[in-house]
Parts: sequence; C-alpha cells; structure tokens
Amino acid sequence: MPTDVEESVEEVASAARGSTNDRTAGDSLIHARGLTKRFGEFTAVDAVDFDVQPGEAFGFLGPNGAGKTSTMRMIGCTSPISDGTLSVLGMDPRRDGTRIRARLGVVPQADTLDNELTVRENLIIYGRYFGLPREECERRADELLDFVQLTDRGKDLVEPLSGGMKRRLTIARSLINEPDLMLLDEPTTGLDPQARHLLWDRLYRLKQRGTTLVLTTHYMDEAEQLCDRLVVMDKARIVAEGSPQQLITRYSTKEVAEFRFAPGIQETLDGQFEGLAERIEKLPDRMLLYADDGEAVVTAAHGRGLHPETVLVRRSTLEDVFLRLTGRSLIE
Amino acid sequence: MAALAGVRDGRTATPDPRSVSTWSTTRRVIEHRALQYRRTFRASIFGSFGIPALFLTAMGFGLGGYVDKSADAALHGLTYLQFLAPGLLAATVMQTGSFEATFPILGGLQWNKIFHAMFATPIRPADIVYGNVAWIALRLSLVGAVFALVIVAFGASKSALVVLAVPSAVLTGLAFATPIMAFTATQRTPDRFATLFRFGVTPLFLFSGTFFPIESLPSFLQPVAWLSPLWHGVELCRELMLGTVGEMPLLALVHALVLVTIAAIGVAVALRTVEARLVKG
Repeated sequence: MPTDVEESVEEVASAARGSTNDRTAGDSLIHARGLTKRFGEFTAVDAVDFDVQPGEAFGFLGPNGAGKTSTMRMIGCTSPISDGTLSVLGMDPRRDGTRIRARLGVVPQADTLDNELTVRENLIIYGRYFGLPREECERRADELLDFVQLTDRGKDLVEPLSGGMKRRLTIARSLINEPDLMLLDEPTTGLDPQARHLLWDRLYRLKQRGTTLVLTTHYMDEAEQLCDRLVVMDKARIVAEGSPQQLITRYSTKEVAEFRFAPGIQETLDGQFEGLAERIEKLPDRMLLYADDGEAVVTAAHGRGLHPETVLVRRSTLEDVFLRLTGRSLIE
Repeated sequence: MAALAGVRDGRTATPDPRSVSTWSTTRRVIEHRALQYRRTFRASIFGSFGIPALFLTAMGFGLGGYVDKSADAALHGLTYLQFLAPGLLAATVMQTGSFEATFPILGGLQWNKIFHAMFATPIRPADIVYGNVAWIALRLSLVGAVFALVIVAFGASKSALVVLAVPSAVLTGLAFATPIMAFTATQRTPDRFATLFRFGVTPLFLFSGTFFPIESLPSFLQPVAWLSPLWHGVELCRELMLGTVGEMPLLALVHALVLVTIAAIGVAVALRTVEARLVKG
C-alpha cells in the first residue's frame, strides 16, 4: 500500500487532471465518443471514448492489432469513421478533412520520405503541400534540420540515412506547417536504443514547448517517458485510462519480485508461493510476485526454502499494468 | 525556433485550404514530380533524342530500303520512312505514357509512399490524380516534341502540321496512361505489369498500323485494330504529318474524340481507385 503522503499527493494530482478531463468537447483538441472503425465484418476500433487537451502528451498503449493505427488514421482524416462522433481541432473530419489536415503534423508508422530527393528537399516540398511560399519553406527547413540535428546531412539523399535519422527527418517534416497537433504512430518502432533515446529527447523538447503530442506505442518505457496521460488499448477497446503513475497505482503494486528458476523447476513449485504476495503471475520463463515491498517477498521465499536461480526486485511498470488488464504481455 | 513554439506573429500562416483552388493544390503535386525528374533529366533527354534517331535509321532507312524497292502500292506512293515516322511517334509516346502510369504510380502508393505523405496534408486524392496526369502529359509533350524534331531532321514529315502531331501523340499516351493508372492503384505488387505489357501494350504497339497498314492484317483482325486507341492515335498523327488531314477532317475529329473519351474515362476511374487505395492505407 502507498503511504498516506504518497496517496494524498496522487489524489491532488488526479484531481487536477480530473478537472481537465471533465472539460467539454469545445476545449478538447480531439473529442471522441463511441468512435468505431469497421473493415467489413472486422471491427478494428470498437466504440472508444477519449479527449485530448491542448498541450498534453497523450498516448495509445497497446499491442499490435489493438486498433491504435486505425484510431490515428481517423484522427488524421485519412480514414473515414464508421460510427460514433469525432471532432479534431473543433472540426468534423467528414466535412473538414483538408482544413484539419492543414493543421496536423503527422509522423506515420512507416517512413513516407522521398528517397529520390535530398533531406532538405524533402522538407521543402512537404512545406509546399501546405501552400507555404518557397522561401518560407526553405527558412523553416533549415531551422528544423538544426532541431533534429541533421543540418550536415541536408544535401544528402535520404536513402543512405540510418533508420533513426529518417525518423528524425520525418519528425522535422511533420513540423514544417507549425502544427497545432502532432500525431506520431509508433515513432520509435524498429530503432536501436540509442536512436530511440535521441528521438525521445527531441519529442520531450517539443512537449516542453507546449506542442500537443498524440502517440501510439507498444513500448511501455516510451509511454512512461513521454505521456502525461494514456489509454491502454486491447482488442479494439480502451481498457484503462490515466497517467502512467495512476495506472500503475491502480492496477499494480509498488514493486515486483521476479523469480527465475532453472528449466523445469517452476512447474514443480505449485502452491508454494501461496500468500507470499498480493498477486502472482506465472510467465513461461519466470514468476512475478507483486507486493509493495519486494525485498520482503524475497526474504519470505528464502524462508520457505525457495531458491530461484536469479531474483530481481524492481518497480512496477506499465507492462505490469497491461499484464494485469489483459493477461498478456505487450510485445509477444 | 519559432517554427516549434507555435509563435505565429510575423510568420507566414498555413493557407486555409478552403480558399485554395484545385489548380493550386494540383500544382504542388506536379512540382514534386518535376523535382524528382530533375535528377534523371540529363540521362532521359539523351534517350529521348537517341532512341528515335536509332529507330528511324534502322527501320526507316535500313528496313525501308527493302520495302521501297519491292513495292510502293501498299504505301500509296510514300517512302517507308514517311509511313513509319508518325506511327513510331504515336507508339513511342504511348509506351512512355503506359510506363509512367505503372511503376512511378505504384511507387508513390506502395514503395516510398509519397502519395500517402501528400494525403496527410491538405492535398486531396483528386489532386494526386490530376497532378500525376498533368505531369505525365508534360513528360509526354517533351518526349513527343523531341521525337518530332528528330523526324523533321530526318526529312520524314511532309507537312508543317507535324506541330499538331505532338499533342495528338500526347493524347494517345494519355488514353493509355489514365486507364493504366486506374488499374495500378488497385495493385500492391508490379507482378501484373508484365502481363499488361505482354498482352496489352506490346501487341497494340505492333498491330495498330504502326509498322504496316492494318489492311495487311487478315480481314477478321482489321476491326480489332479499330478498337485499339493506338490505331486512332497513329492515324491521326499520320494524317497530320502527311498533310492529308484536310481530305477527311471529320475522321480526324473522330480519332481525337475517341482518344479524349478514353483518357477522360481513365481519369474518372482513377479518381475512384486512387482515393480508395489511399483511404485503405
């Protein structure tokens, strides 16, 4: 259990967030009620409700196929909604798609850069799509190249760039129209850890400047690093909503003790963990024991004569929240 | 870093798409295609001159030497070079148009996905179709004009109306390009392009009166040739370059109308298939 002090801090924080959450559609940059996307018989997004407020970083966390990308494409006005209501920047995507798109910055899941053009040309031509004058596009392109640390690659073709550089270029490109709302669909999927951290740093700076970010991810660390608030999606539905800390407090314990046994041993230990922790999850390769004091669990286990090969005590993460909510891991 | 801070004072705001004409949005698509083309322009302009010169030399003079010696009745007193040149003009532009409607369009939809990138901005699917059709028309005009210059240099045109043969050839190319573009938007791999060229483009290239009059075909095949858009293009170019268009102006008009109709239907279908594809993702 959290201490009284922590609990009251959390309550104050959640009350502050609650007041923004209760705002009406008029204040939200995105307002969705019963939002649904169907492809024939298949329902990709099943009646989801959410609101995104100006200046916040809002995330959709869920495994592949949860409906995150379909939701993003409806917000981005490139895929019509099947049912429910959706307003983006106070407008209706069905009627005002081009006006909404003029004010969005979109980072799609797969790169859509023109490999036949240089890095700088990619930015300039994209600015031209928005009808910006050429000189303005050039000025912004140079500013943005600086922001994503690609100035010295401006004259190079896109093709030889690393995956991380291409992603940074895509982010720079999405900023060329000074968007009111950025949509990032799995911005760091497929990148190595170093490239991911560089990208997170840039996105964090954008967040600090007050840019509204909406992102999807199946990385819980990405969601924890970047999102003020997030919804957990699974099988086309939203299963939980809150700040990363709120979700962890609500659906998990403070700490987790991970026990790993030699192959074949875990199966023989049925019942021996009874009462050691608030909750126990058995994964194929390890056992997770949820408790507010992980070390106490380890000591108690040793007292019962249980000696795992490795023991790890760590804080709960969104991964544990997801496991609790769905019985499955985020990345399978 | 005002671009990031949302500070708008004194900076250019994004134009409201409602106040922007279709031509303006279409032009942005053309601009992108032109920027891509700049990179391959030099290699391509050499081919544009070189290929027609090679064809006219090999077939017009080489093969033509035999044809002209053996019989001239079939060609109504023309040299083979004079007969061949308008056919090759229309057929070459047609082939370029067909090609431009396959790989570059599939690329934008499937490989580098630049059309999807455009669709995430105020550019609409219709702008992408119009822009690409306009760009192909520009490309074909360049190919056709260069070819016509080579023809004139070879002394293979009998009339100053060769000037009008260029837009006629472009129209022929568009009558192929727009339906093929509509088809391309339904594909995710280039697998069927080989079939398209093997059983569509190449037979038409050979049997549309390009290299020999369709009267030489077995009589049951002649009506088939009339169905070929390329035959209408070849006939139109030939009537213009031989200066015989005045003899039957209505016939030339029919040829042009057939080509315009096919190109327009192609655009109408492409508007549907390209939008469906972009929405599908």
